[in-house]
Amino acid sequence: MSLSPVDGAAPAEIGASGSAGGAGPVVGRSPGQLTWMRLRRDRTAQVSGAMLVLFVLVALAAPLIELAYGIGPRDQFQGKLDGAGMPLGYAGGVSGEHFFGLEPGLGRDIFIRLVYGLRTSLFIAGTAAVLTAAIGVVLGALAGYLGGWLDAVVNWLTDLTLAMPFLVIALALTPTLTLRFYGQRDAVPPAFGVGVLIAIFAGFGWTSTARLVRGQVIALREREFVAAARASGAGLGHMLFRQLLPNIWAPILVSFSLAVPQFVTGEAALSFIGVGLTEDTPSFGRMIYQSLDYLQTDPAFVFFPGATIFALVFAFNLFGDALRDALDPKSSR
Amino acid sequence: MLRFLVRRILSAVLTLFAVSVLTFLMFFALPRDPVSGMCPKNCNPERLERVRQELGLRDPLVSQYAGYLKGIVTGRDLGGAQGGRCDAPCLGWSYVNNEAVTDTLARVLPVTLSIVIPAAILWLLLGVGLGMVSALRPGSWWDRAAIGFSLTGASLQLYFVGAVLLLVFVYTLRWLPVPGYTPLSADPLRWASGLVLAWCSLAFLFSAIYARLFRAQMLETLSEDFVRTARAKGLGRTRVYGRHALRAAITPVVTVAGLDVGAALGGTVITETTFGIQGLGRTAVDAVRAGDLPTIMATVLVAAVFVVLANLLVDLLYAVIDPRVRLG
Repeated sequence: MSLSPVDGAAPAEIGASGSAGGAGPVVGRSPGQLTWMRLRRDRTAQVSGAMLVLFVLVALAAPLIELAYGIGPRDQFQGKLDGAGMPLGYAGGVSGEHFFGLEPGLGRDIFIRLVYGLRTSLFIAGTAAVLTAAIGVVLGALAGYLGGWLDAVVNWLTDLTLAMPFLVIALALTPTLTLRFYGQRDAVPPAFGVGVLIAIFAGFGWTSTARLVRGQVIALREREFVAAARASGAGLGHMLFRQLLPNIWAPILVSFSLAVPQFVTGEAALSFIGVGLTEDTPSFGRMIYQSLDYLQTDPAFVFFPGATIFALVFAFNLFGDALRDALDPKSSR
Repeated sequence: MLRFLVRRILSAVLTLFAVSVLTFLMFFALPRDPVSGMCPKNCNPERLERVRQELGLRDPLVSQYAGYLKGIVTGRDLGGAQGGRCDAPCLGWSYVNNEAVTDTLARVLPVTLSIVIPAAILWLLLGVGLGMVSALRPGSWWDRAAIGFSLTGASLQLYFVGAVLLLVFVYTLRWLPVPGYTPLSADPLRWASGLVLAWCSLAFLFSAIYARLFRAQMLETLSEDFVRTARAKGLGRTRVYGRHALRAAITPVVTVAGLDVGAALGGTVITETTFGIQGLGRTAVDAVRAGDLPTIMATVLVAAVFVVLANLLVDLLYAVIDPRVRLG
């Protein structure tokens, strides 16, 4: 695996020609440049990438959107509900004022709640994915490279986490952890719920990355360049981070990009069975869970959160797939 | 072979032991009075104290745990209020349900099995079938449709699919009854019609993963020399693709299927909640909500047993499917 980037090959040149077999002198390209080039040529990657950027922008700019939209996530519009608490008008009260209609009962605006829900979901999923990747890479690389008891322990921990029913354990852990830090009647700050969720995801999620990295490191461990580095007296840190990891960042990146949607759905699933975030933190899962009661009376309320979370996860999956193709040196694209 | 089996079973037992210790600690060491959940109605201090005594909550944690383990292996006496003698795989007495935990499990396990096993058959057939179709004609219209289907399925949420199916088939068209469980032996038709939506939504979501996995693996296998050799020596397409290549490409599917089925048997929490069916998963969730420790312990342990067994089975199946794998 050659990792000698030819620094002279300016990215500008690739951006300009955009095609591999273009005219001009043959230019060496680093794997990173090749990947970027393939991604740029892949229409699926373009579309899903654009969707992801849009989602992230919306999440980041949620307060600005609130300002422009003129409605906050906690504002209630009881006046626009009928006597039974159902939104007036068609499709759950969709109008120029309320893009996605109103929640039955409380009469909160669905659009702005989704915008903030996106923010919560992406923040939790992103942080959890970064944490799992970090823990998984370090432990996996150490286990694979050193072997011995550490390898045995990491393997066994992986088996253990696989054997624990995730949803049930998370459901059980959340209230007990909350009670440990806050009393029965203390107000629990919303940030704490978010933190607990991230910790649970990281605690359960790192094993799959660790397993992946471990396998790759074992495959590389006996190669000549590793032996050479060891012979010239490289330390453990240098071996792991300068010699081994640069060769396996491709599968790590793919697993990272596929972990984010997993955590998005995981957060929704947990909210769905009633763990995690407090009522005033807008969240996809919570909205869907509440909406299921209105399945017959107000299907639009089920549709909007469900469709949004589908679009988000779909974009991530498409992009992850495209990234996998682009990173694969055997891929012909 | 025998050595492999013994080693795997030992490590499985060790894993189960660790799961039980962790669950036990999680509930006893953390700050919630386990008794408050076990004495739901008309609780007075004396009754609480008696429950504590009966459960041995005054003993040190280690001996409590030892008592629990002893109950599983040899059975134990639980005392008057709890139905007296509790036979060999004794998982304790639930004060919330007012019955032995083994009885609860015996009631809800068939439900989860009835959901998972037909669904698993469906999703494996659908996933491998779709993957096969698209691998044989890569780039074709079939392939595109299959990829689209699997990417959609992989991005959808079970509760969303379930909600839509419920709305269409139960509430609008009224083709199906409201989902529920009827024992297979009592009425096979009602058994199937009450669970078919759960099977379909599980199969739709899971087959997506298998189709992608199998397609990729099959494409790789089809480009290998032995496939060309088999074709060159005159074997028919059906035989080469259906026997030689299928067998070589199916190993990763078996691995993932083992994990998925094992995990699903431990409780399809979301499915059961969406369709309102009381299986193992819902029982576990209810137990956690009620603080019903013996039931929580039992459901977590049963889930872990399924996962560990499934893993063991996958390893054994490997040796059958792929002769290159030698167990030892």
